[in-house]
Amino acid sequence: MAGNLLKGFVRTQNFKCMVKIRLYSSGTSTIDDKEVVHFKKFVSYWWDEFGEFKPLHSMNKIRIPWIRDCILANNEMKDASLPLKGYSVLDVGCGGGILSEPLSRIGADVTGLDANEDLIKAAKAHAELTKANVNYVASSVEDHARENFEKYDAVVSSEVIEHVTQKEEFVKACVECLKPNGSIFFTTISKTKYASFLAIYLGENVIKGIPKGTHHYEKFITPHELQRILEKNNCRTDVVHGTIYNFLTNTWSWWFNSDFTYVLKATKLDKQNC
Amino acid sequence: MTRLAICKQAIATNTKFFTKRSFSSSGLEANSSKYYDIVIAGGGMIGCSLACTLGANQKLSNKRILLLESSKNKQYIPSEKYSNRVVSINPGNKKLLDNIGAWKHIESNKYATVKRLQVMDAISDTSITFGEETSSKDISYIVENDLLIHAVKTEMEQAKNVEVQYNQRIKSYNLPKESGEMAKICLEDGSEYTCDLLVGCDGQNSQVRKAMGVNYLNWKYDNVGIVATLKFNEEIDNCIAWQRLLPTGPIALLPLTSNMSSLVWSTTIAHSQQLMKLSDEQFVQAVNEGLWKVYERYGIVDQLVKSFDSFLRAANIPADVCRRYPPKIQSLEEGSRASFPLGFGHATNYISKGVALVGDAAHRVHPLAGQGVNLGFGDVQCLNKVLGEAHYVGCSLGNVFCLKDYESERQKYNVKMMIAVEGLYRLYRTDSTPVVIVRSLGLQATDVLFPIKNMIIEEAST
Ligand SMILES: Cc1cc2nc3c(=O)[nH]c(=O)nc-3n(C[C@H](O)[C@H](O)[C@H](O)COP(=O)(O)OP(=O)(O)OC[C@H]3O[C@@H](n4cnc5c(N)ncnc54)[C@H](O)[C@@H]3O)c2cc1C
Repeated sequence: MAGNLLKGFVRTQNFKCMVKIRLYSSGTSTIDDKEVVHFKKFVSYWWDEFGEFKPLHSMNKIRIPWIRDCILANNEMKDASLPLKGYSVLDVGCGGGILSEPLSRIGADVTGLDANEDLIKAAKAHAELTKANVNYVASSVEDHARENFEKYDAVVSSEVIEHVTQKEEFVKACVECLKPNGSIFFTTISKTKYASFLAIYLGENVIKGIPKGTHHYEKFITPHELQRILEKNNCRTDVVHGTIYNFLTNTWSWWFNSDFTYVLKATKLDKQNC
Repeated sequence: MTRLAICKQAIATNTKFFTKRSFSSSGLEANSSKYYDIVIAGGGMIGCSLACTLGANQKLSNKRILLLESSKNKQYIPSEKYSNRVVSINPGNKKLLDNIGAWKHIESNKYATVKRLQVMDAISDTSITFGEETSSKDISYIVENDLLIHAVKTEMEQAKNVEVQYNQRIKSYNLPKESGEMAKICLEDGSEYTCDLLVGCDGQNSQVRKAMGVNYLNWKYDNVGIVATLKFNEEIDNCIAWQRLLPTGPIALLPLTSNMSSLVWSTTIAHSQQLMKLSDEQFVQAVNEGLWKVYERYGIVDQLVKSFDSFLRAANIPADVCRRYPPKIQSLEEGSRASFPLGFGHATNYISKGVALVGDAAHRVHPLAGQGVNLGFGDVQCLNKVLGEAHYVGCSLGNVFCLKDYESERQKYNVKMMIAVEGLYRLYRTDSTPVVIVRSLGLQATDVLFPIKNMIIEEAST
């Protein structure tokens, strides 16, 4: 079943850090201070702004304003210190919470979803330290959709779909969680030779800014393909915009085409409209 | 397949210690410490202004701010008398004070407007002037330190999210090393606070800076600053700030009222000791001498200056269009004479995880250009902007990525300004002939080349 497949999806990055953790903790049977140290290492591994996940950290500088302004586009902002107050957002594939925490900080009522229980635990522990208010749930998006049908004002899935095999089922479940007229956001890597060159060859092999084995060309998806799946699920694509990552300066910028990486925003149409 | 198997096993091993509860207590701060989003250490001119500015920032209205100051809450008593500690505030920073509502309290008390700044070289008799007395553009504003703090504090007390504690000496800091850790502040009375962002506004001997362990480039000048409040024997239209560059250091008069000016005299240690020992009458005489005494001229310098002057006239750009001379000092406000050691200092980093340095804690300059507190106000404006933006994109306030913007923007400006001030200081401390020639021609030329001058003024007032 597709649900089981989805449940089993573990992001390659997660897999890598699992292995690391295992090396540290092997042979310990009783729980002692050492394990606490290991645990902290695991959290800081995700949250080290200059570590392996640094592109995800630096991406916040463009993806958060984009998501925020799209959500606020037709709405009045009541409190500048909590611009997304009153909006519920589902972060699908939240990992350690690199995107969930900032969204909650600007007022959104965030649910962070990840199939990997350990990551959810790490995310929860970090949120406790930083006093971030995020509702983390360890579940597949399919299972989550069953109980949370049309519940969220917005659904975000950032740098996740390029690790998913069953894309159709994944998108369908994401859309199911979304209220009619709600917005759905994706950010991912395009399926082009440029993207493959940049993300896999340059990123993983030459500059080594990304852990080896993180990405697989076959799993990348073009904007058109994603748009097609969304259409099938009653969503109208409003925006596709290219982005680019500079490995040397660790910064993201908007780019004139979607040959490398891109962001996509769609709206779920009312049943009557289709 | 194998990957998945390893992965599953890894998960199983990990879950064991993830479910263990013990980490949460040792990993987290003890419950006894109180949390604030921002803690500001030091409530001098800069610390208070920062607290007030952040408190007025709509984008940060949900943040709780704590200001800790070791001295007591001094009340400002309005009086005719002027304190000997005054600062010169650039128009750009006056705007900041206006925006946070503090300027109206200064306006309703007392301040002086500088319309013109005249800098004179004592050895070559050349001078440079900035601004015009009749111009609508102001050069700067002279405000008492105490009044400035009082004005800012009055507004700070209105801010709902700012809390202030006086008589609170900070004993030590525990700065975060990893993401999610908080800065911890331990006070001498035993209480503890944690925060997302700690801002060190604790002056030139900043303890926060020491805790950060950043490199601090610094040296002492063989110069001491003497301040005093001076009186004239007549009422004048007092809107010119004077600075005369003596071989021993600059002597400056800043306007206060129609018959009072404030003195800032930097001079050698030996000379300052003599000056501090003089009677009031003798001191006034020494000041007048400093402002008027004709130094031995170098023939060649004079000649060059003269020919350069006639060249400028020939080119239809007359130098020193309307030169003024400083007023004659009659007396000294009793007990207003005081001296301060002077030094240079610059922290190579203004930030680290969860910490930022602002004002004299980050940089200290020679008072010769009256820039000290202005650099600090520039920091305040920049940090306020950066933190507002950072929060608006969901960044935690202590995030180095966001703080980095503050550091690079301010260092770019501050270093440039500090090098200029330091260069001026060194240039005028010498009396070797070639340097004197260069500097007098430099002064004379800048004085007539309006575009350059305007650029300097713009730079100083933004
Ligand atoms: C002679 C002289 C003339 C000057 N003239 C000018 C001028 O004309 N124009 C100008 O712009 N600048 C001038 N300056 C410089 C200006 O005074 C400083 O730049 C300015 O005071 C710096 O303000 P600050 O708030 O950063 O530091 P400070 O004024 O030093 O304030 C630091 C505060 O932190 C508190 N503090 C320190 N340690 C602790 C602790 N452990 N716990 C709690 N609280 C603590 C202190 O009590 C103090 O209130 C002059 C300086 C001198 C010496």
